[in-house]
Amino acid sequence: MSQVETMHPGTEPAESPLTPESWGKLGMWIFLAGDAMGFGTLLAAYGAMRFGSADWPSPYHRLGINLTAFMTFLLICTSVTMVKGLEGVKNGKRGTAQIYLLLTIIGGAGFLGLQAYEWTNLINEGLKVFGNPWGASLFGTTFFVITGFHGLHVTGGVIYLSVMLVLVSKPTTALGTGWTYNVVEISGLYWHFVDLVWIMVFTFIYLL
Amino acid sequence: MADGHASPNYWLIFLCLFILTVIEIAVIFVPVAKLLIVIALVSLALVKATLVAAYFMHLRFEARTLALIALTPLALGTLLIFILIPDHSAVSHKTADSVKVAPPAGHR
Repeated sequence: MSQVETMHPGTEPAESPLTPESWGKLGMWIFLAGDAMGFGTLLAAYGAMRFGSADWPSPYHRLGINLTAFMTFLLICTSVTMVKGLEGVKNGKRGTAQIYLLLTIIGGAGFLGLQAYEWTNLINEGLKVFGNPWGASLFGTTFFVITGFHGLHVTGGVIYLSVMLVLVSKPTTALGTGWTYNVVEISGLYWHFVDLVWIMVFTFIYLL
Repeated sequence: MADGHASPNYWLIFLCLFILTVIEIAVIFVPVAKLLIVIALVSLALVKATLVAAYFMHLRFEARTLALIALTPLALGTLLIFILIPDHSAVSHKTADSVKVAPPAGHR
């Protein structure tokens, strides 16, 4: 109670209630919850449309999973390099932080390259947004919208992490457990979320 | 949270995620009812997602209420599936032939 009494009426509480170390982290979590709702809506709509279709093509036979299984593996690897990069920041090791952040960015860019390759092949085989030779036209619509929406998130993440790499590389940026750690951790939250969403997309779009 | 807990063994989490992915791919070849495969795949995906959120995103070491925020979309999304199913799926239907696209020349 004493804390409340000493506070000036009308002033903001100085500390974020759920994430005492930074307001930004709470903000990122709330943003991610909203973003997850976007993906959740797309996947739920996909489920309903597929359930109601009598001629939904077999994703395993039409999309193939060898390449996407590798892409899944790649994205999981970047999640590990991301936490290692954050550890580097925490321990004040600029070089370690830089290398791991760079590896994460390269992994993300590699994922995008593979996705572009996959899309090109599928488009050449006849998979279009409004139709395909194999059955329900919504098969292509849902595929491109959902994987595309995720790909946009990866693109955003690669740009976001590049900014973090520049920040960490500046000699004037103090490492350790202070502000820089919080900022890089928040960017990591976004990146792991993109990984998490891909786990869902891989399961629902490719494996089921 | 910066120093409040020991770092989890991230390589162990990575190994779990890798093994679960391999199991997922193996599961689709198991000759059992489609429904069982669907249940298995969705469960495996949820376990993987939980591992990522709990350890990589440090959710396990945060305030419980933050986990509630993170779980809200899952609850709403699950609800949404049941809201949408009667909408589009009341009658199972095929795509009209006029909508189908012919395969491009040179491809099957």
